[in-house]
Amino acid sequence: MEFNKKKVTDFLSNNAIVILLVLLVLFVGFTRKGFFSGPNYSNIITNVTPRFIIALGVSGCLITKGTDLSAGRMVGFGGVIACTLLQRPDYTAKFFENLPQMPLVVVLLIVMLITAFFGLLNGCVVAYLKVPPFLATLGMQTIVYGINLVYSGADPIGGLRSDFTGVATNAIFTVGKFSFKWLFLIAIAAGLIFWFLYNKTRYGKYMYAIGGNENAAEVSGVNVNRSKLKIYTLAGLMYGLAGFLLAAKSGGASVNLGLGYELEAIAACTIGGVSTNGGVGKVSGILLGVLVFELLKTSMQYLRIDTSYQFIVQGIVIIVAVALDIRKYTAKK
Amino acid sequence: MSDYILQMKNISKSFPGVKALDHVCLNVRPGTVHALMGENGAGKSTLMKCLFGIYKKDEGQVIFNDEEVDIKDTNDALHRGIAMVHQELQPIPDRSIAENIFCGRYPMKNIGPVQIVDHARMYKETEELLKEVNLDFNPKVKLGTLSVSQMQSVEIAKAVSVNAKIVIMDEPTSSLTENEVEGLFDIINKLRSKGVSIIYISHKMEEILKISDEVTIMRDGTYVGTWPANELTTDLIIQRMVGRELTNRFPPRFNEPGEVVLKVENFTSIDPRSFRDVTFELKKGEILGIGGLVGAQRTELMEGLFGVRHIEKGTVTYKGETIKIHHPRDAIKKGIALLTEDRRATGIFGVLSISDNVGVASLDKYIDYGVVLNNKKLESLVKDNIDKMSIKTPSTKTQIQSLSGGNQQKVIIARWLANDPEILILDEPTRGIDVGAKYEIYTIIADLAKQGKSIIMISSEMPELIGMSDRIMVMCEGRVTGFVDSKTTTQEEIMSLATKYM
Repeated sequence: MEFNKKKVTDFLSNNAIVILLVLLVLFVGFTRKGFFSGPNYSNIITNVTPRFIIALGVSGCLITKGTDLSAGRMVGFGGVIACTLLQRPDYTAKFFENLPQMPLVVVLLIVMLITAFFGLLNGCVVAYLKVPPFLATLGMQTIVYGINLVYSGADPIGGLRSDFTGVATNAIFTVGKFSFKWLFLIAIAAGLIFWFLYNKTRYGKYMYAIGGNENAAEVSGVNVNRSKLKIYTLAGLMYGLAGFLLAAKSGGASVNLGLGYELEAIAACTIGGVSTNGGVGKVSGILLGVLVFELLKTSMQYLRIDTSYQFIVQGIVIIVAVALDIRKYTAKK
Repeated sequence: MSDYILQMKNISKSFPGVKALDHVCLNVRPGTVHALMGENGAGKSTLMKCLFGIYKKDEGQVIFNDEEVDIKDTNDALHRGIAMVHQELQPIPDRSIAENIFCGRYPMKNIGPVQIVDHARMYKETEELLKEVNLDFNPKVKLGTLSVSQMQSVEIAKAVSVNAKIVIMDEPTSSLTENEVEGLFDIINKLRSKGVSIIYISHKMEEILKISDEVTIMRDGTYVGTWPANELTTDLIIQRMVGRELTNRFPPRFNEPGEVVLKVENFTSIDPRSFRDVTFELKKGEILGIGGLVGAQRTELMEGLFGVRHIEKGTVTYKGETIKIHHPRDAIKKGIALLTEDRRATGIFGVLSISDNVGVASLDKYIDYGVVLNNKKLESLVKDNIDKMSIKTPSTKTQIQSLSGGNQQKVIIARWLANDPEILILDEPTRGIDVGAKYEIYTIIADLAKQGKSIIMISSEMPELIGMSDRIMVMCEGRVTGFVDSKTTTQEEIMSLATKYM
């Protein structure tokens, strides 16, 4: 009997944040109108998808005991590049005046390659120069922001082609008032690919091994440096994709696109069970974390909490999530 | 006044799902060395942690100095005069010896209304304390520049500095050489003559019989009994620890050394203080022991061979072909495996499952279509190994950190066997492992040699070295000082080679 009680308390403390937020969502859902509705679901999922993709990218860095603070700025840069290349031909303030119409896929690839290049740089600095990931990516955050300012001249870019914005707005099919958009399909595909990578390939096994014990991984013949390089590059690739989708969703982009998204992504990962101690984390957990964090924000909107206070609450949730995670590992000693 | 300084009566302690201590007793007389023995998992460390205030006992009485006490935390224990020298030392390497000793209770002085650390007094007291433990160091020296045994002496000095009546030593000799052990025993004798009691935890029988006055034996969280040390023998202790008779400490070996597979010549480290001009040969199916004191650069030599450390010069000839090894990957490809000395630092992936721990070095063999891991094949490999080596675990998904040291070691051996290596380098393969599990590991080593694998085994335990190897290479200060045949050699001969340049 006592054994079971212990199990229950363990479960409660290990999932405290998720449980609290589920209660909050239920409370909001039953007291406010419109929360449990097709359009709201659709809206929440639309917001979740780019964040999920960013969180997937960051998760690899976190699992190997690193981090990536440049995520948000890379998303912003990716979004701005996509917008400059995908403006309507008849738009008056075109960024590149004589740019021919490019297929969406080509632009997406260009964006992803550029952000992947910055990810690769992150990886090189972390793996070969041995700069702590926190500082390496903090530096990269500023660099990418600066490049974005130079590139865009700090002007917001608008007048996007409708096929571009359609990626985020057009529905593939609709059930009642819930519309299933292209965006969702891309997020599902990204989730599946990451699940496959993490569970079925050497890439994943080595990633967990490096996070679990980097020295042991090295002695076991794992090419630690190359693995890290791949992880940070893949992260960059995902930021590009997320930036592309986010720009399509917003119908435009400025240098401030994606500001602070790295923290949200890291928080979501931690809430979803990716340990800052390394070696632990699942794709399903990341999805849960992103979902829970987004629901928190939506709930606060429905409760009409001032946006300024929302920031304070989000910050607290991030710190509490990490504190609870660390507690799991210190308790074992 | 009773006969005992410390009486622990009917102590019980449970963790979720396990009863770690079940009505255990321990009675320690003043001014004696009391050995606490038992296999890993017998509950020795748990009992000591209850005494030192790291764990709270569920039931039972602790009577210290004729007074029933309830020790709240480690600070409380220190104030009462109970100190502990930990199994794994936890020093602050970049701070001075004095600061390490007085950390958390610096002597203070007042300058007007402000309290500041009284450095002069701290250094002076440290100097006196260091004399007590036969160390001749400036108290301002950074702790990190000391050797492991010297750091341990500093730990003991710390225990002395709180005027401890009882000092708990948890495996104090696990990383010391025989010479350093002598030094430790001198310090222990000094403390004993001053009336300090020492609770001494160790797996090493010879030591226990030599240093202790009384021995308490535990098995599976229960109290077996307490005997005067002079009434005990190694065999009797083992018998009582494992609850069965162990007639042989080492399994019979049937391996037959064949042709030379590995030739190492003039192997020299880029670090001038490390190994120099090492030349040796290894035969197929041979167990080559490597003896020497800690600091003889045996581990460094093997890490150099495995590509973890860089070499200045030297050649490695493997099956008649000269090979270059720059990275562990190169060595692994050639069929060389290294079981590292420090299991926790460079061996296990604590949070990962047994399967992942076994698979990590051989994933290339379990790839379909160029990318997809064949988890089924991997799983059956893991299950085979669990059966073959009788690894005790609830499932293959269990985190390796929840297993005992012996089982962890077997999992790592399984990792390397999955690569089907020709040469296995085992660095202190039985360190921190209990008697029963040691025998099982010896059996595995003997089997491998019989199958024709070549084995290099570093060991600091003389009986193990002599009992398990065919030949022994002895090193001192980075150089090879001789080869001996283990059938004819003696501990004295090895010792004199190991101290040749000292």
